[in-house]
Amino acid sequence: MPLGYTLDFSVVLDALPTLLWGCAGTIGLALAGMALALVIGIGGVVLRGSKHRPLRSAVIVFVELIRNTPFLVQIFFLFFALPNIGLVLNPTVTAIIALGLNGGAYAIEIIRGGVQSIDKGQVEAGLALGLHKGQVFRMIVLKPALRAIYPSLTGQFIMLTLTSSICSAVSAYELTSVAQRIESETFRSFEVYFTITLMYLAISWLLMTGFSVFSRRYFLYPTR
Amino acid sequence: MGNSFGLGELGFLIQGLKWTVLLAVIAFIGGGIGGLGVALARTSTSWGLRRITAGYIAVFQGTPLLMQLFVIYYGLGLVGLTLPAWLAVAIAFTLHASAFLGEIWRGAIEALPKGQFEAAKALGLHYVPRMRDVILPQALRIALPATIGFLVQLIKGTSLAAIVGFIELARAGQIVSNQTYAPLLVFTVVGAIYFALCWPLSLYGTHIENRISRTAR
Repeated sequence: MPLGYTLDFSVVLDALPTLLWGCAGTIGLALAGMALALVIGIGGVVLRGSKHRPLRSAVIVFVELIRNTPFLVQIFFLFFALPNIGLVLNPTVTAIIALGLNGGAYAIEIIRGGVQSIDKGQVEAGLALGLHKGQVFRMIVLKPALRAIYPSLTGQFIMLTLTSSICSAVSAYELTSVAQRIESETFRSFEVYFTITLMYLAISWLLMTGFSVFSRRYFLYPTR
Repeated sequence: MGNSFGLGELGFLIQGLKWTVLLAVIAFIGGGIGGLGVALARTSTSWGLRRITAGYIAVFQGTPLLMQLFVIYYGLGLVGLTLPAWLAVAIAFTLHASAFLGEIWRGAIEALPKGQFEAAKALGLHYVPRMRDVILPQALRIALPATIGFLVQLIKGTSLAAIVGFIELARAGQIVSNQTYAPLLVFTVVGAIYFALCWPLSLYGTHIENRISRTAR
């Protein structure tokens, strides 16, 4: 320890309510991002299997662009690009869009793997039983595919939650930007960041538990 | 530097790119060494070693990379180590990479058929030659696609050093963007440079993955 420096967590305790609101912000941001990512993921898979080549190519280009550039650059780009097309949004909404696009690109790849794992015969059997195309997609393709990819998809969602800390760069309302404000007022950098690191750990454990509880309820049906 | 995006600005971005590449290389080498240790400890017979490294991995996989950077960056200062910024950041990335590579390689070691371990033991190979000559060469081959995938993550992750003020590619982009008032152009160029760095690696990773799954059949 350098002379004269003593750890002082009292500033953190004083700011605890603010930090807990930041946690709520992070969870909200992450859940909204996940929902958007799931929509983009499923939509992307449908487009990826389209008859039209330009649509298929557009999805591939989107996935490769997102997966091979840093999230920080993506969110900066969106932050400056959206106003240019006339969309002036608050930073938190911009952050949700950025998280959704980023998570969506990964979700497309993951869900596609799951859909490919469905046996063609199952689809044909469903159609032969007189189910509509929509019912076949929902009940025979999507649900088993979701169950097959559930571990990798939820793992990706946890990563997305951790990635949301980068949204502080555009000052979206979430835990890291709340912490940065407290840090700049108190100069207790280590204490503040150490505490919110533990909070992030708690949030990811909470989500993991939630995901496994959900899977035990939703995917509870015989496999064979 | 002037007020428009020209060769000078591009040169400044390339300077930043040098640091991005250097950080990623240091972290990958350091993380490779650390990750090997973590993977061996995770698959060792010692309960204590397995628990400690499992905790290490859980913490680094359960917290944002940005927080790891902050805590290690300020933490090193607290324990009286006044390191240059690049070194503090490199240490943080190395610890991060050790956890992730350790977990990837643990999975690969455990994916090998048990017979490989038993045969090596039956041939009288001790731990070091058993690991070095039999287990690790096969495990690393299985783990190659995931390892390359993580390298891409790591290159993208170095952009977070920008937030602690270290001037690598992303931070250089922010500076140029503030000077030229052309954020869209600048971040397009910055994104394109990252893409040019990461995409070939991603393609190579997919290529190896396909080859491995074909030979496995």
